[in-house]
Amino acid sequence: MNNVDAILEAGRAALAAAADLNELELVKARYLGKSGELTELLKQLGKLAPEERKAAGATINAAKQAFEADHNARRDALNAARLAEQLAAESLDVGLPGRGSLPGGLHPVTLTLERITELFRTLGFEVADGPEIETDFHNFQALNIPENHPARAMADTFYVEGGDVLRTHTSPIQVRHMLDNPPPIKIIAPGRVYRVDSDATHSPMFHQMEGLWVDEGVSFADLKATVTDFLRRFFERDDLQVRFRPSFFPFTEPSAEIDVLGERGWLEVGGCGMVHPNVLRNVGIDPEKYTGFAFGIGLDRFAMLRFGVNDLRLFFDNDLSFLKQFN
Amino acid sequence: MKFSENWLRRWTSPAIDSDALSHLLTMAGLEVEETEAAAPAFTGVVVAEVKEVVKHENADRLRVTKVDVGTGELVQIVCGAPNVAVGLKVPCALPGAVLPGDFKIKPTKMRGVESGGMLCSGKELGVPDEVDGLLVLPADAPVGVSIRDYLELDDTLFTLKITPNRADCLSIKGIAREVAALTGAPLAVEAIEPVAPSIDDTLPVKIDAPAACGRYLGRVIRGVNPAAPTPAWMRQRLERSGLRSISVLVDVTNYILLEQGQPMHAFDLAKIEGGIVVRMARDGETLVCLNEKEVTLAADTLVIADEGKALAIGGVMGGLESSVTDATVDIFLESAFFAPDAIAGRARALGFGSDSSFRFERGVDFDLARDAIERATRLIVDIAGGQAGPVTEALGQLPARNTVKVRTARVNKVLGLSLSGDEIAAIFARLGLTASANSEGFDVAAPSFRFDIEIEEDLIEEIARVFGYDAIPADAPRARLAMLPLPEHRLPREVVRRKLVARDFQEVVTYAFVEEKWEADFAGNANPVKLINPIASQMSVMRSSLVGGLVDVLSGNLARKQPRVRVFELARVFLKQEDGSVDQPERIAGLAWGPRQPEQWAAKAERVDFFDAKGDVEALLYPRVAEYARAEHPAFHPGRCASVALDGRVVGYVGELHPRWVQAYDLPSAPVLFELDLDVVLASEMIRAKPVSKFQAVRRDLALVVDEEVGVAAMQASFRRVAPAIVTDIALFDVYRGKGVPEGKKSLAFGVKLQDVAKTLTDEEIDAAIAALLAAVEADHGAALRL
Repeated sequence: MNNVDAILEAGRAALAAAADLNELELVKARYLGKSGELTELLKQLGKLAPEERKAAGATINAAKQAFEADHNARRDALNAARLAEQLAAESLDVGLPGRGSLPGGLHPVTLTLERITELFRTLGFEVADGPEIETDFHNFQALNIPENHPARAMADTFYVEGGDVLRTHTSPIQVRHMLDNPPPIKIIAPGRVYRVDSDATHSPMFHQMEGLWVDEGVSFADLKATVTDFLRRFFERDDLQVRFRPSFFPFTEPSAEIDVLGERGWLEVGGCGMVHPNVLRNVGIDPEKYTGFAFGIGLDRFAMLRFGVNDLRLFFDNDLSFLKQFN
Repeated sequence: MKFSENWLRRWTSPAIDSDALSHLLTMAGLEVEETEAAAPAFTGVVVAEVKEVVKHENADRLRVTKVDVGTGELVQIVCGAPNVAVGLKVPCALPGAVLPGDFKIKPTKMRGVESGGMLCSGKELGVPDEVDGLLVLPADAPVGVSIRDYLELDDTLFTLKITPNRADCLSIKGIAREVAALTGAPLAVEAIEPVAPSIDDTLPVKIDAPAACGRYLGRVIRGVNPAAPTPAWMRQRLERSGLRSISVLVDVTNYILLEQGQPMHAFDLAKIEGGIVVRMARDGETLVCLNEKEVTLAADTLVIADEGKALAIGGVMGGLESSVTDATVDIFLESAFFAPDAIAGRARALGFGSDSSFRFERGVDFDLARDAIERATRLIVDIAGGQAGPVTEALGQLPARNTVKVRTARVNKVLGLSLSGDEIAAIFARLGLTASANSEGFDVAAPSFRFDIEIEEDLIEEIARVFGYDAIPADAPRARLAMLPLPEHRLPREVVRRKLVARDFQEVVTYAFVEEKWEADFAGNANPVKLINPIASQMSVMRSSLVGGLVDVLSGNLARKQPRVRVFELARVFLKQEDGSVDQPERIAGLAWGPRQPEQWAAKAERVDFFDAKGDVEALLYPRVAEYARAEHPAFHPGRCASVALDGRVVGYVGELHPRWVQAYDLPSAPVLFELDLDVVLASEMIRAKPVSKFQAVRRDLALVVDEEVGVAAMQASFRRVAPAIVTDIALFDVYRGKGVPEGKKSLAFGVKLQDVAKTLTDEEIDAAIAALLAAVEADHGAALRL
């Protein structure tokens, strides 16, 4: 049985030398096929003496198993090599750009409005809306600005044929809302407003947002707290200095301008005050029972401050190179 | 309101510096817009007297002077100014002086001659002066005194922004009163002594409009010298308040306006026929005003007239003819109270206003007129001479000053404070308000100079102001909590905007007022809502469509060489209704131009077309499916435009821009656009889940040959009409023309999906359904199965 070892040795060498799976299967057939060399040895066992047969059988089977183990290992290796080759052939330049388009983007004033809306929703303020061509009543009279009041000159008004105006502020939205809804009222009212004014810091159309809270016991202290909280959250600066400076608006009393301390001193960012009792009466709310505050800010201005834009006109130029920065 | 701090401090001088004064005023509601120094910083300049002037031997244009600077020794100074002369008092910078611009003065030699300083022009000191050469000082200027002290150059000029309710602060007197109230500093009010008449001349004054004119004081002054120079101190105060010195009579009235807050007017007595009548204008009456504008007066305008004609618009502006001139020697001085309601808006209606109208329409102290006319008379007589007659006074209706109740509890409720009655009383005292205590609070009387104290809130504001807005706490509010509604049948605008953003659209904001032509071109609107006072002709009408704005954005970006433009806007449009009212719905509109995708290696560059825009509309409306029908729209290519309808109602349009506009608006090629009613896009249906079939779905494809003219929408309608319930979807997946399809026809391939919720479909059921579909389109559209 000495030649078992020799055959196994030769078989293993042949397996190792097989270059591909076809060749490997041919080698397998040569040794383990119907008339393979190891098969032939098994066939010859019968010719051996019974006392030798058992040992010889064990030897041949061991050789056969060793051959099969080698075969499997070699087959796995060849398969792995073939896969590796395929993968190598299929590999891409992953640095090439992806296919299709990227998203567009929102206008910076919209982004600002959404941020502010989100902040006020956390305090339970709802968004209200109203028309842009307004009646004199809603834009002025209901807000305690009678005909010929000097405050009318504060807002240079666009008039449309028929005597209506382009709203000069978002305050008529609060009038409409109060006429339609009983207190408690907690709204913000954003929108486009119009004034006869056009230069580097004024656009004939711009955006304002009005806030209004009317309920029993709403005070000037609540106004200060709400506006201060909002400004600190909006600018993400807990140490932001905010001051309230006495001022005059016909529709609030006491009234205040809202200033924040910037790098170059105090900066006016809005106006506010306690809703004037005449305004509450004009919309059928009892000023003895209810008090409220209102504030108004320029959305464009907030967008400018937040994003570091120094020319208001950029918001209305609609230059895509400018707008895409906010995407 | 611009004023000099030094002037204010003659009235009241709290122990705070200019910055603190500025902060005090701002935080009291008198916003300081600007402060500026009266003159730039410099040192070492004194008043000098020129004693000797000789020609410089080595220079034609230089003179050698000897000047007295108050040291006892004359100083030799070389000077190049043309106006230098013996006897002049001029500013002299001595060695060691530093002039504006860090110009240091040292003893020097000029062309060989020693010069121990420099004689200065106004310009060199930063002091405005019209003279070319040295700044010539009055003859009585004291030699050796610092020029800064002599000219009061250490002064700060304040510019205040006075809100319409605080007309009482439009004068030095008013500001001083306020500063004294806020700081507790004493107020030095100069007593005004009446000027005893030295002649008897008067003019009769009659008030025919008592509601408009509550008080009219007049006085004749004869024999004034109209050419008398205005004293330097008055000129300086006028100039530091932003007014030019004009002539002594005008200067005095302006000075009284600034100092006392009383607008006054001086008439040329010779131009007045008979007496003065204060009346409303006769309709159509005309007057040439001081600013040389001729105006036609309306009947609601107050005039100061004589027997025959209007002389002035009361409280607004004098007339040119009766105004004082260089030749006027006899004047009639007016000091009156005109009611705010009678003046308000008149200046705006005329198109010009004045310092007078600005004050009268806000409210002038109605007890001030007599003090003012006496003070003005004193100044005129002292400066320009003349003989004053007695003051004539006529009265109309003066404003009522009712007491205003203020309740302590209400003060604290509105402000969120807990002030005591004593604290409130102290605040009223500081403000000079007469307050008497009652069971709930106080009864307060407003002084004649305040026109903004009529209701309780007016006093609450005063209390807050003096208490200090800063001192009011700002603790987190305590409130009743309630969750906000969160309706599912309506999408938030954010969601709709983001749908378009996800589809690579950029949001833009364009003006709501547009060129009239855009309305005609893009909306076929010949009758848009017009602005009465547009800011420019290309912004004269309100838009009824967002298309024009988007096309304009395209043009602008093409000019900036953008290769691809995809923009949208969400905004209101303005639709004039039959009855003249204006409907103002919101719309959402988009425009796409250029390659479908950004330039890239992995896709062929293809231009956007109608179906891209339609895809955007489908996505916006998804999961609702709209009906699209070929439509005529002024903006769009007639063959490439569809109306978008939901539930049978047209809610918008999608299309390719009409080639006519592509050419007219100079576009290189046509953009595609859509415009939809926002309301419809925001509408959403609450989801109700349905069971999903457990049985296999079957698909059958139908390739149908039809005439070119047959529309897919019509085919789909036919299918829908006959499809049994088991047909769950019919989708077009191919359109083919060419080999195998006759000329003038096309092949449309539909995938039909069939499924039953209850059982597996049998071949018979499927075949029957398909046959029904085929029969319908065969009958309706002559469709034939493509074999």
